[in-house]
Parts: sequence; C-alpha cells; structure tokens
Amino acid sequence: MNTQPPPSLEVRGLAYAYPDGHQALFGVDLTVGRGERVALLGPNGAGKTTLVLHLNGIHTAGAGSVTVAGLPVAKRNLAEIRRRVGIVFQDPDDQLFMPTVREDVAFGPATSGLRGAELEARVVAALTQVGMAEYADRPPHHLSFGQRRRVAVATVLAMEPEILVLDEPSSNLDPASRRELADILRALDVTVLMVTHDLPYALELCPRAVILSEGVIAADGPTRKLLGDAELMGAHRLELPFGFDPTSVASR
Amino acid sequence: MHVPDGMINLPVSAAAGVVAAGAVAASLRGARRELGSGPLAEGHGAERTAPLAGLVAAFIFAVQMLNFPVAAGTSGHLLGGALAAILVGPYTGVLCIAVVLLMQGILFADGGLTALGVNITVMGVVTVIVSYGIFRGLLRVLPRKRRSVTVSAFVAALVSVPAAAAAFTLLYAIGGTTDIPIGKVLTAMVGVHVLIGIGEAAITALTVGAVIAVRPDLVHGARGLAAPLKLRVDGELVDAPAPAAGPAVPVAARSPRGLLAAGLGTALLLAGVVSFYASANPDGLEKVAADKGIDKEVEEHAAADSPLADYGVKDISNARLSGGLAGMIGVGATVVVGSGIFYVVHRRRTTNAPGSSGPSASASASAEQA
Amino acid sequence: MGAGHAHKLYRHGHSPVHALPPHCKLAAVLCFVLVVVSTPREAVWAFGLYAVLLAGVAALARVPAGFLLRRMLIEVPFVAFAVLMPFVVPGDQVQFLGLSLSVPGLWGAWNVLAKGTLGVAASVLLASTTELRALLLGLQRLKLPPMLVQIASFMIRYGDVITDELRRMSIARRSRGFEARGVRHWGVLGKSAGALFIRSYERGERVHLAMMSRGYTGTMPVIDEMTASRAQWTSAAALPLSALAVCLLGWTLL
Repeated sequence: MNTQPPPSLEVRGLAYAYPDGHQALFGVDLTVGRGERVALLGPNGAGKTTLVLHLNGIHTAGAGSVTVAGLPVAKRNLAEIRRRVGIVFQDPDDQLFMPTVREDVAFGPATSGLRGAELEARVVAALTQVGMAEYADRPPHHLSFGQRRRVAVATVLAMEPEILVLDEPSSNLDPASRRELADILRALDVTVLMVTHDLPYALELCPRAVILSEGVIAADGPTRKLLGDAELMGAHRLELPFGFDPTSVASR
Repeated sequence: MHVPDGMINLPVSAAAGVVAAGAVAASLRGARRELGSGPLAEGHGAERTAPLAGLVAAFIFAVQMLNFPVAAGTSGHLLGGALAAILVGPYTGVLCIAVVLLMQGILFADGGLTALGVNITVMGVVTVIVSYGIFRGLLRVLPRKRRSVTVSAFVAALVSVPAAAAAFTLLYAIGGTTDIPIGKVLTAMVGVHVLIGIGEAAITALTVGAVIAVRPDLVHGARGLAAPLKLRVDGELVDAPAPAAGPAVPVAARSPRGLLAAGLGTALLLAGVVSFYASANPDGLEKVAADKGIDKEVEEHAAADSPLADYGVKDISNARLSGGLAGMIGVGATVVVGSGIFYVVHRRRTTNAPGSSGPSASASASAEQA
Repeated sequence: MGAGHAHKLYRHGHSPVHALPPHCKLAAVLCFVLVVVSTPREAVWAFGLYAVLLAGVAALARVPAGFLLRRMLIEVPFVAFAVLMPFVVPGDQVQFLGLSLSVPGLWGAWNVLAKGTLGVAASVLLASTTELRALLLGLQRLKLPPMLVQIASFMIRYGDVITDELRRMSIARRSRGFEARGVRHWGVLGKSAGALFIRSYERGERVHLAMMSRGYTGTMPVIDEMTASRAQWTSAAALPLSALAVCLLGWTLL
C-alpha cells in the first residue's frame, strides 16, 4: 500500500463528536496511496459524510490527524488543503451555484488567484475531461442530471486536486449516465475516494474498498474480497443487489 | 403594493432611497452576525451571508407564488416580510426583501426604478422592524411554549401589513404627486390592509409553526426555545457554546411589558373586531381576496412555467380606496404600530448594551429559564 | 392574466441594443426614468415624445410591440389605482359622460399613468434585451455592494430550483387527492411553505459547504471583466439625453 511517499491521504486515529455530544467517529485510520481508487462503504449513519468533511477541514478533528500529501489539515493550511482535496457533493445543484457552467468551473481556480488565459485554459481542460466543453455557456439548471453531475466533477478537476472525493457519484443517474461517469473517472489520473452505497459501482471502479461502520474502519481490502464475504457484509448492513455475484464479474 | 414611478415625488423618493440604502448597509453588517451566530455557524458569518440570504430570498420569491385559496375560486399569497424577519432575523430579512424587490423592479418592471427606495423602505424595512419588534416583545411576555411562537408570529404579521400601509400613507402625505385627503387615504389603506394582514398573519403563523415543529433551531426569532445544541448532519463544527454565563436579562428590558400587553390587547381586539366585521359582512373576505389575489390563475401557470420566465400580476390595488371601513380600525392599528416601533427602538437600546449580539444574548437568557 | 404571461423575460437577439454593455443600459434606463418623473405633468406632449423615443429603442432592438405590451400588464394594479383618483380627489368637478370627475384627480391619474407606464416600458425593454447574468454583472459594475449582487445571483440561480420543489410538493399533494379549496386548507399549505423554507435553508448550508470546499472566503473572484468603450457609453446615453432635452423643453414651454 505505502509504496510511494507521501500518500495522498493519511488519516490517523481520527475521532470526532458533534457539539451536542453525539460522537460520529471513533478513531479512523485510513491511508490512500497516490493514484489509488478506493471505495468507502458503510451503512447510513456510519459517519461517512462526517469523515469526508474532515478531509478538507470543514470539520476539525477532535482527536487524531488528517494529512493530505504530507500537508496536515489545519487552519493555517486551509486554502491549500481545499485546493488539494476536491469534494464532489451528492446533489449537483448544491455544487453548481454560479450562473453559467463556465463561471462555475472557473470559481475554484479563480478563488486561488488564476486569471485570464490561464484560467480559461484550465476551465476548458476540465470541461473537456468530462466531455462537457460545448456546454460552457449554459446555465447549470438547463442541463440534465447526469450532465450536472459531470460538470460538478469538472468544477473540482479544474482545481487540479491531489485527491478526488465523490459522495454517492452514481445516485440518481440513469444507466447510460452511470456508465459515462465511470468511463470518465477511470480515465482520470488522480487519486479517488468514492463514498457509495452502490456496491457494483464500487467493484467496477475501485480495486480497494474500506468499510466504515460505527465510526471506525471495520474492514479494508480488495473490493471483490470484501463484497464476497457475506458474513462481513451482513454485519455492516451492506447488501448486494439481487442476483449480483461479485465473484463472477470480470474485472476491468 | 409595489409603488410605480411617478406616484411619489422625486425628493421624497430620494430620501426614501437614502433610508433604504442605509438600512441595507446596516443589514449587510448585521446579517453577517445573524447568520454567523447561529447554533452551528461559528465564525462563518461573512461567508454564509451570500448563499444563505440568497436561498432565503429565492424562498421568499417562490413562496409569493404559493397560492392560498380564500373562498370560491379566489386566493391570496404571502408578502413575506414578517415571515423572513421571524425565520432568519431582521437584518437578513431586510436584505432578502430588498433583493427580491430589486430583482422584481429590474426584471419584471414590478415597482418603479425611481420608487425602489420607497418600496424597500415600506415593504422591507417597516414590515421587518415592526413585525420583528412585536414578535420578540410578545415572546418575552408570553409563556415559553411553541404555541406562543405561532401566536406571536400571527400578531406580528397581522400588524406588519397595515404598518406598511401606514408608512406608505405617510410618504404619500409628504411627497404624493396628487393631493388626496390624507385622513381618507389612511383610513382606507390601513383598513383594507388589516384585512390583508389577517391572511398574511394566518399563513405566516402556520409556516413558522411548521418550521418550528421540525427544525426549531432554524427559527431565528425563537432560538431561545430550542435546545442550545443540535445535531446537524451536514452542518459544520461548532465549539459547543455552552449556555455559559449569559448576561442576565437587564431589568430595563422588562419594563415595556405593560406597554406590550396593552399593544397585544389592542391587536387582539382589533383582530376580533375585524373578524366580526368579516363575518358580518361577507364582502370582507372577498375584498381580501380581491386585494391579495387577483391571481387566482397564477397557480396553474406558475406550475406550467418557471417563475422567472413567468410572473403573475399580484396584489392588485392594495391602495383601493373605499371608505366603507370604520376609522376605528385604522386608529387602532396605528396605535399598535406606534407601540411596536417604540418597542423596537427601546429594545435595540437595551440589548445592544450587554455587548456582542442581541439574539444570542436573549437566547442564552431564555436557555437559563428553559 | 393566465397564459399571456407564459414567456421568457429575455428575447435573444443581436441588435445594437442587445450589444450594449449592461451597466450602460442600466444607467441609461435609470436616467431616463428620472427625467420622465421630473417632467411637469401639464406637458402632455412631452410624454408622447418619450413614448416615441421608447418605441424607437424597441424598434432598434427588434422587440415586437405585442411582446412589450403583454409584459406591461404588470402595471394593471396601479392603473386601477389611477382610475379611482378622479372620483376621490376633491377639487373642481367636470362632467363627462354623466360622471362627475375632479380635475386635480384627473391630472393625478394622468401623472401616475403616464410616468408609471413609461417607467414600466423602459424596464421591460431593459430586461428583454439584457441577459439575467449580464444584468447582475452590470449592477456590480455600477458599484452596487458586491454582497448584494451575490445574494441576488444566488436568488436567480436557485429561484428555479426552489420553485420546482414547490411544484413537486403541489403535485404530491394533489396526487393524494388534496385540493386546496378554502381557508380550512391553509394549514396544509402553511406546512408546505415551512417545509420549503427548511429545504431552502438547508440547501443554502450545503451550497456554503460546497463553496468553502472550493476555497471561498467571502468574496467572489472576478471572472468576467467588463468594460465599456466611450462609443458605447455615448450610444447608451442617447436615450436619456434626448429625453432630457424634451424635459427641459417641457419646463420652458410651461
């Protein structure tokens, strides 16, 4: 796992309690190497979203540490951390808040000071990566849901992140959009952490998976092996779709 | 009630513009504190202002399209000043209404560009200050229960509408381009708007009640009633600000109680008189319908098209002059309005004294009692 | 008032009016309305000239008259107000078709109608030749506080999203056999409004998170820099300047 230093993401002993005392994370340890694609699985309420919001410093660790490519997540590094960690939220309407696709994709890089031709090049490159370049001047709400999800990915890619964090990327997508997004993600040369309930999607895209359950990492291993372990899956309220057999699916 | 160009003369329009600009400037600062001082927004006030106020403005804009049937095919809709003030606080409320009015003026030509200051002052600043003042005042007097919140919201919204009408009449008295006998205007304006206010009040109270049942922490005006800490799945980190050592309620703050009780009494009496009038005279509700909702078809076409593409004609002729209403109603309403304004001014003076932020001071004070 | 309103605000086009920078147009419309409002009401012909000026702009912008007039229905409420004036304003009375009308009331009605209508027409022309986003950028260029512009652009961006939610809630209600008919159904509608508020507010919080995740610290980055040339300012100024000439003429001929 720890082949090339430093890893894209290193979480050590992360614990966090909400202000009302409800504790969501109980010491999470997770290392994601550069270029890896990892699926973060877990039942509702396991703390997945809480964990994700620690990765770019929206939540601050109660105990433990988060390091992104060697840089600790702390207040003084926040600007750089948020450039390095690109989070794609579940509802693209939340993510696409600017009046046009172009401005939305430009928002991140422009905030970090990019201007003019360089900015434009960055926007075009990001939109091209997700196949949405010809929609640059459209308002986001005139796009289909799948297109909006792709633009949401582009908004984050435009920041050239170290690690791409996707929250339920396949939710609400029709099968064609789902496959198109998978093709896009597979083609990216970037570390990916994918939070999902869509187990076949996880198997399709991520060689490695971790299960977050009750605030700790309960399992960590090859996705196919985890999904094939019926006992483990059942213990953490994870269920495969009817008729889906992970051991029989050819890996890509 | 959107005032067109040419109804109020230029000097008064300009003066109202200055008032509106001042209020918006103050609100920009105040909203930062309001949105930043919530139970879960530690230190993010400035950054939260734009997205939250923008979304609330969009909500107000949308809710003005939600139609409330009155009777037999007529319907009304919400104006939203009181609702915004109670839900998100007075500063953010003023900001949201001002932005809605600005956009309505520029995009839909609803309300004249030179009358923008008048419109913001009357519909934004006056309604928000009056309703929020009354709301907070009543909350302080009434027992600490959820029902009190809805009752206070009802009264606050009820009074805010005729208060706006009275403010408009005042501006018209100073700078109206045609001499209409002001007494007549006031009586008619306030009278008609008390009726409109009933609709506004009922809907505001129901809406606030619905929010407080699910997310009491979101009702800015009633933060004191909620538990101080709330779990928020996608909220951000707050250092549990324990209700520590909140400044005790200043003694002075209790003094307007008598005044408020009197105001409340008047308002209730008023409501009683008006509803009596309404039931004795079936035209009453129909008048509300005519005034609030010429747009009985808006529901259908709002459903057919996006609101930005499609904008129904709303609140027609609030200024409809008919002398049929008792002057007493007008007088009663102005008394309540006056005491409301007095209370707000008074309260501002007393709560600003303890320091940091008004809402949180009273919130922590009430948390002690809870 | 039903289907007549079902149309877009903005009419796409490539006319010289469309091509002007938005802040020039905004300033021009504002100055024009100011001039109109300061014209004495007795100079009836002046208002006719203003209308001709606006018609000229509309023709230049290739905005059809029918479109313009439909959009101007927004002024119906204050027409109703104006119509009442001759009946309630005291003063010299004239007899017309058997009705007794007051002279100052008639002047007052004329004043509000003429000025209000011209104001509405000017704003409608502005909105139908300028894209929403451009209008916002124009406001920013005209030194409206940036925070206000940000709030307005969020409102525009999410207006559709939230109204969509409202519509879905309405469909859900009706699918379960609920038809709001009278006051006794207000409770349900109030709950809908409450739910809508919660959704809007929570979305605002999520949008804020998404913004922070991309480095937002309270100010919007400048992405599109807009400038106007002297020539553009001059052509935008043509409307208010000719109006000003008419206005001054109106005062001197009075």
